[in-house]
Amino acid sequence: MVSEASVWAIFLLPLAAFVIIALVIRPFFNRYAGLSGLLLIAALAVSLFLSILALGAVAMGQEPELQAYRWLDLGDAVIELSPLLDPLTAVMAVVVTSVSLMVQIYSLGYMKGDPGYARYFAYMALFTSAMLGLVLVANILVLYAFWELVGVSSYLLIGFWHDRPAAAAAAKKAFIITRIGDLGLLIAILYLFFQADEFAAAGMNAFHIPDIWQAVQPLGAGGAILAGTGLTWLTLGIFAAAVGKSGQFPLHSWLPDAMEGPTPVSALIHAATMVAAGVFLVGRFYPVFLAAESTLTVVALIGAFTALMAATMGLVMNDIKRVMAYSTVSQLGYMMAALGLGAFPAAIFHLVTHASFKALLFLGAGSVNHATGTFNMQYMGGLRQHMPLTYLLVVIGGLSLVGIFPLSGFWSKDEILVSAWTGGGVVEPWVSQATLIMLGIGVLLTAFYTLRMIYMTFHGEFRGGVEQEQLDTGADSHGDDVQDTGDHGGLHLAESPVVMVAPMVILGIGAVVLGFISNPQWIDLFGVPKHWITELFEHGVAPVLSSDAPHLVLPKFSLQIAAISTVIALIGIGLATAMYARGSRQYSSAVRRDRDPLEAGGPLHRLLAEKYYIDALYEDAVVRLAFYRAFAGAIDWLDKNVVDRIGDVIATIFRNVGRIFLAPLQTGEVQAYGLAVALGTLIILLGFLLV
Amino acid sequence: MSPVGPLLTATVFLPAVGALVILAFARSDRSVRTWALAVALVDLVLSLLVFSMFDRSDGAARFQFVEQFSWFSVDTFKASYLLGVDGLSAPLVALTGLLGICAILASWHVDVRVREHYIWLLVLQTSVMGVFTSLDLLLFFLFWELELVPMYMLISIWGAGRKEYSAMKFLIFTLLGSAFMLVAIVAVFLTPEIGTFNMIELSQAGTMLSGGVLIPLASLFWMFFIAFAIKLPTWPVHTWLPDAHTDAPTAASVMLAGVLLKMGGYGLLRINVGMFPDQAEQYAWVLVALGVISVLYGAVVTIRQTDLKRLIAYSSVSHMGLVMLGIGSIGITQGTLTSAGLNGAAMQLFTHGTITGLLFLATGLIYDKAHTRYIPDLGGVAGRMPIVATAFLIAGLASLGLPGLSGFVSEVLVFLGAFRAYPWPTALAVLGIVLAAGYILWMMERAFFGRPRERFADLTDANLVEAAPLVLLVITIVGIGVYPALLTEVFEIGLEPMIRVLNGGG
Repeated sequence: MVSEASVWAIFLLPLAAFVIIALVIRPFFNRYAGLSGLLLIAALAVSLFLSILALGAVAMGQEPELQAYRWLDLGDAVIELSPLLDPLTAVMAVVVTSVSLMVQIYSLGYMKGDPGYARYFAYMALFTSAMLGLVLVANILVLYAFWELVGVSSYLLIGFWHDRPAAAAAAKKAFIITRIGDLGLLIAILYLFFQADEFAAAGMNAFHIPDIWQAVQPLGAGGAILAGTGLTWLTLGIFAAAVGKSGQFPLHSWLPDAMEGPTPVSALIHAATMVAAGVFLVGRFYPVFLAAESTLTVVALIGAFTALMAATMGLVMNDIKRVMAYSTVSQLGYMMAALGLGAFPAAIFHLVTHASFKALLFLGAGSVNHATGTFNMQYMGGLRQHMPLTYLLVVIGGLSLVGIFPLSGFWSKDEILVSAWTGGGVVEPWVSQATLIMLGIGVLLTAFYTLRMIYMTFHGEFRGGVEQEQLDTGADSHGDDVQDTGDHGGLHLAESPVVMVAPMVILGIGAVVLGFISNPQWIDLFGVPKHWITELFEHGVAPVLSSDAPHLVLPKFSLQIAAISTVIALIGIGLATAMYARGSRQYSSAVRRDRDPLEAGGPLHRLLAEKYYIDALYEDAVVRLAFYRAFAGAIDWLDKNVVDRIGDVIATIFRNVGRIFLAPLQTGEVQAYGLAVALGTLIILLGFLLV
Repeated sequence: MSPVGPLLTATVFLPAVGALVILAFARSDRSVRTWALAVALVDLVLSLLVFSMFDRSDGAARFQFVEQFSWFSVDTFKASYLLGVDGLSAPLVALTGLLGICAILASWHVDVRVREHYIWLLVLQTSVMGVFTSLDLLLFFLFWELELVPMYMLISIWGAGRKEYSAMKFLIFTLLGSAFMLVAIVAVFLTPEIGTFNMIELSQAGTMLSGGVLIPLASLFWMFFIAFAIKLPTWPVHTWLPDAHTDAPTAASVMLAGVLLKMGGYGLLRINVGMFPDQAEQYAWVLVALGVISVLYGAVVTIRQTDLKRLIAYSSVSHMGLVMLGIGSIGITQGTLTSAGLNGAAMQLFTHGTITGLLFLATGLIYDKAHTRYIPDLGGVAGRMPIVATAFLIAGLASLGLPGLSGFVSEVLVFLGAFRAYPWPTALAVLGIVLAAGYILWMMERAFFGRPRERFADLTDANLVEAAPLVLLVITIVGIGVYPALLTEVFEIGLEPMIRVLNGGG
């Protein structure tokens, strides 16, 4: 049984850590910056414990009574601070606190000696508490507030090394692009307030999320409050925010750039938690989405298309973190597709397993960088001899990502593929078929780029690391380790310290066993009831679904699909092995940018390497040329030369009228003035006489 | 008379008396500064007293701390010295006290004609306080005009660049508006049926409608509107603002953006909405149109700016457009009017005052030390001036509407209110938040981030005197962002009678 206070504490503990680090340690006791990491870790450990308690309570149907605290009263609608404790909240809280805890422990080693050590943990604490706030709250406007706060902590952490121009630019880009999506959420909120008197008439609060779920159900004869085009726009608006945050096409281009942040940040924010917030957001309003079929179609198609497109770009990247970033975009596409198909539990299941194995992969990339000083895989190779533990863990994470039995990714990806296969009737059959095809090709590509990454990094012979890279490019490394004590992007081929490896081991265990939280229908392994997480979510959502709404899709494990997808994945693995396992030897001698076998693709390779020219289109054509130069330039010109000039012109007219007509009269000659006075008097007198 | 004596008179005139004392007794520059700071501090305390002692309970009078003395009367017509605050003006009085002390601290390094500088600053504070507390139309107009003198002096003497041109431009634009307002006031005077300058009585429902006004009510509405729209400023009469800001000294910029613009918004709410509810409702669409244009146009022009101060000035045009938009929310055609839009507009006055005040303070510090405000010449400053950069970042994030900081609350309230009345134009204005993220973050990137430049190697961070106003405003911004009810509840009390009238009640 959990109390209300303990639910709040999940969010308040990291917040308190942030306040103490930012207001006390950083400004006044920076000598003791080392405390900041430990403080946050302690806070997160307690939060994790409380989250697990909360999850237990939810699973057993023992939610505590939760109070609402009034923040602002807007007449028809009220903005309240109150937690919403349902399966989605509880699962997300456990994911966020556990991954964050692992990442912070890892950061103790990774960020050691950085001059911004306390600032780093302050931002991390801010992020974690904002993320927990986001998953906890029951009010859509408060949710939006945390949504933005999560975005700003991402901004601060991507730009953590703000003296690097690339980091500062990437931070800005991430914030602005996600904010374009956030417009949708804001307008959705405005629309809810637009309908607030109808909510109030039904005794509901337009900002209270459970009330919003209810509002799609018909109210007596009058129909539902949210229905028709209004409902479609509302859900599309919410989805737009999810597209931005989760890096879905067409707002995906910020996420790979976000890799400029410190690697633990990428692991926590840009792999496991914040980018999954888009999936969470759609899940949070799932009863509403289920009533909007056209929106679900959009969600499914965008998700599946992103899964495919991002995977193709991941094929050709040479930066290990960018491969993983595209992989993240692609996997988030899988989750979105599942949501679009009605398979809400499957999406969240994949979110959980992905959080574990993708955080592991990123921490592995950080570990590799710690040894080689670079992220460029062309200058790695052969690392398995030097860092066997990292190798083993990255292989586990990688195979889980590919979806190999019995690792966790196998189970969760299978559920998504099964739901695309069976369709389920939430969307038209052609949508689920198209989704299935795109996701299926995605499996092949995932297997290929993952294994390519593993081979290029760990197999073959070592190709010189940062030192060779600097020789080749003549430039500074953009590796994270520039801050490493007196070891500017240095090369020290060795396994990373225990404080970094231990959290990876724990995440690795997760990547192996988490699949069993949704045991297939015929086994109860490890004491977890079959289909546990799936049914948990079904029970969470079902009571608020109206009887005539389409039902959730609850895929059962299918041997057929599992076999097919495993074969596809093995084909991808085989291709990568053929091209890179041996072929990587060709890098061994003269390093200088050897040909990647994929470069045989010519223009196609170039198209992928240039990310389909989407970044160029957005940044050069749309923003710089069309918006900044042409549009803003024209308005600015108008402001300077028309709007502002009008005032000057009028002033000039008056001045010249004065100068030409009136000033000559002011001669200073008393005689002239006397004459004027006399004449004037005469005229007035004449006037009187005549009248 | 209020229970604590003539509190408002003391709040309004203390700075002016302080100016006289400085004129007469202060000998050294040092003692001038100390005196000015002491006066500003006491005035801040007084203004906070006004705010905190304002009776928020249900049966409390609408206008409080009222002081009234007959001034002169012609026939049946009485003008009086009438001060008082309601829920709308009490927070603005506190804002003036807060920014007043910030302006004094920001002038600490001024070493040219120090005595005059502080005298004009204090006179300025008296005049603005007077505008927010006058409840007699004539007195209001007097304070409104009085404010021009010190501001003109501050810009044209202690300014930089084309300071005489900018000071004159500021003066002429405002005077143009004042001319219209004066005509309107004279028209009220010449209408015996109205028979009063008392703004409390004029705000009662129907007073203005009660008889044959000399000229149509709508034209009175528009004459007041022009005066306030120029002051706010709204597109297309905004162009005096960037010039005035760019060339003004830091303290003047802080006061200009922080409180002088707010006089425009306050006038719109108090006079245009409060005294002409029918006209305001009828022409709300004009306000919305001007608001949306100002928000977007202002933001687009902001993105093009390369001078820090000009950039902030244009962002003010955009943000003041939100005030217009919020007021325009009264044009709702179906359902009842909620307070969201008007409250958002009033909140925006306060929050923009603190945010932009902070932005100008930080910019002033950068300019004093780095000797440039040209963004391409800056860069990498954050490493050298972490306190200033942090303050700037917080203000910038507040300016782009980050939750937890004050700007978010007012922005969202404006959007919520306006969307109910004009969904499509409001949806268009919402684009402004993306543009704001664009110009704020791009400016941060260019001016503060990136490789540290060698020529800034010996930049020093803010010292205690310089950091004090930054901290003061950051606390205000965060405080209101976290607990906005502190202000919204007071504004609500002030706006409630207007909303009742607008909703057709008595």
